[in-house]
Amino acid sequence: MQPFVTLTAPACPLPLSNVDTDQLIPARFMSRPRSEGYGDFLLHDLRRGEAGALDPAFPVNAYPGAGILVARRNFGCGSSREAAVYALADFGFACVIAPSFGDIFASNAVNNGLLPATVEEAEAETLLAALERGGELTVDLERQEIRGAGAPIRFAVDPVWRTKLLNGWDDVDLTLSHAEAIAAFAARDAAARPWAQLPRD
Amino acid sequence: MTRPRTLFDKIWDRHVVHEREDGQSLLWIDRHFVHEGSHHAFAKLRERGARVARPELTIGIADHYVPTRTRDLGRAEPQIADMVRRLEANTTEQGVRLFGLNDPRQGIVHVMGPEQGFTLPGLTMVCGDSHTSTHGAFGTIAFGIGASEVAHVLMTQTLWQRRPKRMRVRFDGRLAPGITAKDMALAFIARVGADGARGHAIEYAGEAVRGLSMEGRLTLCNLSIESGGRCGMVAPDETTFAFVKGRPYAPAGEAFEAAVEAWSALPSDADAAFDREVVVDAAAIAPTVTWGVSPEDALPIDGAVPDPARIEDPSRAAHAREAIDYMGLRPGQRLTEVMVDRVFIGSCTNARIEDLRAAAAVLKGRRAAVPGLVSPGSMIVKAQAEQEGLDRVFTDAGLEWVASGCSMCVGMNGDIAAPGERCASTTNRNFKGRQGPGARTHLMSPAMVAAAAVAGRLADVREILGETA
Repeated sequence: MQPFVTLTAPACPLPLSNVDTDQLIPARFMSRPRSEGYGDFLLHDLRRGEAGALDPAFPVNAYPGAGILVARRNFGCGSSREAAVYALADFGFACVIAPSFGDIFASNAVNNGLLPATVEEAEAETLLAALERGGELTVDLERQEIRGAGAPIRFAVDPVWRTKLLNGWDDVDLTLSHAEAIAAFAARDAAARPWAQLPRD
Repeated sequence: MTRPRTLFDKIWDRHVVHEREDGQSLLWIDRHFVHEGSHHAFAKLRERGARVARPELTIGIADHYVPTRTRDLGRAEPQIADMVRRLEANTTEQGVRLFGLNDPRQGIVHVMGPEQGFTLPGLTMVCGDSHTSTHGAFGTIAFGIGASEVAHVLMTQTLWQRRPKRMRVRFDGRLAPGITAKDMALAFIARVGADGARGHAIEYAGEAVRGLSMEGRLTLCNLSIESGGRCGMVAPDETTFAFVKGRPYAPAGEAFEAAVEAWSALPSDADAAFDREVVVDAAAIAPTVTWGVSPEDALPIDGAVPDPARIEDPSRAAHAREAIDYMGLRPGQRLTEVMVDRVFIGSCTNARIEDLRAAAAVLKGRRAAVPGLVSPGSMIVKAQAEQEGLDRVFTDAGLEWVASGCSMCVGMNGDIAAPGERCASTTNRNFKGRQGPGARTHLMSPAMVAAAAVAGRLADVREILGETA
């Protein structure tokens, strides 16, 4: 996975709260293999008018080339679909800044090298206002600050996720280094909790 | 003496394989469900040339994409048929048991799991589906995960997690007649918000929760994710044990007795500490419906659509304006004046036998004013409903009785509402476009959906049944 250290990129304001994963990618697109690219599905229905044409006024259309998205509270709430992160990443976003995130979305984001940066509600409003006419932001993961809209803004991120993103670590390799501990646990557990085991059918 | 612990902590502690100094725990996973949507995870295994570590603890179920009007894949849309076949191929290749499209036990994962006895108290259970929280009804830690995590569990039977905070939601007092677990959940979400329980493991407690059947507890825990909760749980008790006993994959005989002894020690200790406690007056809960595009946009049926001009917080006012616009409503409009175009009874939230009985009790001898679909939670629920004659009640009322699957809750299989159509639905999400592009969803209990079907508008089921409290 690509490490995330510092990102300077055009930022897109999305002044919406509760942007759920059904908005991020409608369910009907999720049967495609990832290799085909998910960028076109990002916010598919919100970005389009009733006739199906892209609405030039919708933020994600109006700020092409953006790498950072700023939104309101509870971003990525809803389903566990990792495709929501694929759509953001394939579109070109590497960071979302919001006052809060759906737990599963945030975890999926980190597993794909995308930074969910949590800021206070008032600071999100400051950023949204500052970006009304577009602009660049710098997101510095080492210092946990956002620069480019007045005074630097601190953001929060789980320290474990921060380390994982900074190093571009993959969990599976790390876990496999604990293979012996896992096998020992499984053996102890099978003896202690026979009722929790399942037979092979 | 050991420190008093919560139900959640007792189960969590039992499953820690390894704990890191940074607070991450490697947790053992007892049950892992995969479905058609898990194809991304299986693709990751293929990339690595990896095998499923413990196939016997993995359960495959076709539910998200399955057609409900036919069981013949040759007659289904090719893209949908392909998803069902891909699950068959992936589970076969990896030696994972599959409850496929034509298995008489097929159903929605969160209905079929408990039904077959895969769900037990005291376990850790995961699935690439956010409504995995449902299984917490048995007093088990169950939560949804993304595709990378699904791949991780497939390859290692473990998952890295940080221990969430603990929240207790106490429903004091008894529910009024006609009030269900769905109303409890919507009332709670409306109170704390769609992110109100974010970062927390919820334990539902109190007299009204103890009084719920397993079906009701499953509905309550199912909706935990809609308040942002990591998971939701109810302490196991006699109701739980009675439900589990005799299920095909549940322990039997002496093993069952030993299990009950272990499960009886799970409930939170009397003085266990919670990070947060919310108390809800259960007796004050009315039939509740959503008006907007988030489950937090819920109100008692005798309420009215809010006026954004009167909401002080600018971001919340903006949300209300967006929601009212999308839903085609007017500020101040009485909810009982909102006309509906169709109804849906189904989903992992509300398609168990008790749910179908509740809807049928309202529809019996009445006609639905609008079209609608009834999709039982599993083929076993379907068979039982047919034995009880419930299918006839639905079809006599003018509704369509179809096979089991996620169906119109998520619309992946093509069961959707048309753009602009308004659907009274027993499902879990009223997100924009959830039931099809441009479709408008109002969430409520099965009896309330049946009432809306009869009235052709949102309606108080107690008035239809002549039981006005």
